[in-house]
Amino acid sequence: MNTDLFRGELVRLTAEEPELAGKAFARWDRDSEYYRLLDMDPSQLWSPKKIKEWIEKDLEKEEPNEFFFHMHTLEGDHHIGFIGLFVGAWSHRDAWVGIGIGERNYWNNGYGTDAMRVILRYGFTELNLHRVTLGVFAYNQRAIRSYEKAGFNVEGRERDRLHRDGERADCLIMGILREEWQG
Amino acid sequence: MDISKSLYEGERICLAHIDHEKDPEIESKWTHDAAYLRMLSPEPARPLSAAKLKKQYEAIEKEMEEKRNLFYFTIRLRPDDRLIGFARLDWIEWTNGNGYLRMGIGEAEERGKGYGTEALQLLMRYAFHELNLHRLTAVVPEYNPVAVHIVQKAGFTEEVRRRQALDRDGRRWDLLHFGILRQEWQARSEQ
Repeated sequence: MNTDLFRGELVRLTAEEPELAGKAFARWDRDSEYYRLLDMDPSQLWSPKKIKEWIEKDLEKEEPNEFFFHMHTLEGDHHIGFIGLFVGAWSHRDAWVGIGIGERNYWNNGYGTDAMRVILRYGFTELNLHRVTLGVFAYNQRAIRSYEKAGFNVEGRERDRLHRDGERADCLIMGILREEWQG
Repeated sequence: MDISKSLYEGERICLAHIDHEKDPEIESKWTHDAAYLRMLSPEPARPLSAAKLKKQYEAIEKEMEEKRNLFYFTIRLRPDDRLIGFARLDWIEWTNGNGYLRMGIGEAEERGKGYGTEALQLLMRYAFHELNLHRLTAVVPEYNPVAVHIVQKAGFTEEVRRRQALDRDGRRWDLLHFGILRQEWQARSEQ
C-alpha cells in the first residue's frame, strides 16, 4: 500500500484552506490569460473575502463529492495552484478533474503533469473510480500535451463551444479509464 | 421575422408552463417507471412522491427566476393540455451561447408517436431564434437508441464518446455528447 498518496515527484497536494484560497485565487484571477485557459465562464474579479466564503460553504457539506487540493512545490513549499476531483454520480464512478497553476513561473515545468498523476492515483486507488474526465479548450495546447502525458485520451470535440475575442473555439473532452491508468 | 408563428404551439403538442396543482401527481407516476428514469439520467433511479415533486417544481421556477440560465417547459397534448412530458434548456452560458437540452416523454402510452420529435423542433427554434444561442448540446447514454435516433434525425452530430462512463446492470456503457450549431439548424429549417 502506498501511504504517501498526496505526494508526487515535484508537488504535494494539501487540504483546502479558505483563507489561503481566497487570497491566491483573487490574485491569480487578475491574470486573465490564466483564467481564460481555465474556465468557460466569463473572466471576472472577486474579492478574497467572497471566494473564502464560497469555500467555507463548500466545506460544510456533509457528504463531499468534491476533492479539492492546493498544489505546493516540494522544493521550497511554494503554493502554485490547485487540483480537484468532482464526482458527478458515485454509482458510475466517473469523476471530472480540474487543475490550474496560478503562478506563471511554474508553467511548462512538469508540475501540472505531476499533480495530475498524483490525483489520478488518488482517484483510482482511494476513491476507486472507473474513469476520470476533463474538458480542455482547443487553444490550450500546453494543457492538452500535459494531459496526454498523464495518460488521457481525446474522446471528442464539442464544436464552437466557446466564444472569445470574437472567435469560436472547440472544447475537447478527454478521458482515462482505470485499466489504461494501470497499464 | 414572423412573430405570428407561435413559439409554443406544435401540430399535436405544445410547450407550456408548470401546473403546480396537477402535474406533481402525474410525474410521481412516471418516477415509478425505472426504465424511463434510467433513460433520462445517470442519477440512481428512485420514485418520488407528489409532495417531493411539488417542491422540485417550486425549486425549478426559483432557479429560473434567480439564475436566468434555465428554461423549463412541460410538454402537453393539444387540445386538452394533458401533461405527457418535459423539455428543458439547462446551464446556459450566455457568453458562449451554449445550452444543454434535456427532454422526456413520461407518459408511457404516448411514446413512439413522434411527440418528442415535435417538442424538439419547438425547443430548437426557441433556443436559436428566441434565446439566440449558438449551439445546443445533448448528452445521451448509448443504451438509449431511441433518443440517439431522435437527436440525429433532428440534425445533431455525435461529438464526444465518453467511454464506459456509465455502470448499469453490471456492465459499462458509453455516454454520448451530441451537438448542433445554429447555422446547421437554420439550413435544415429553411429546406
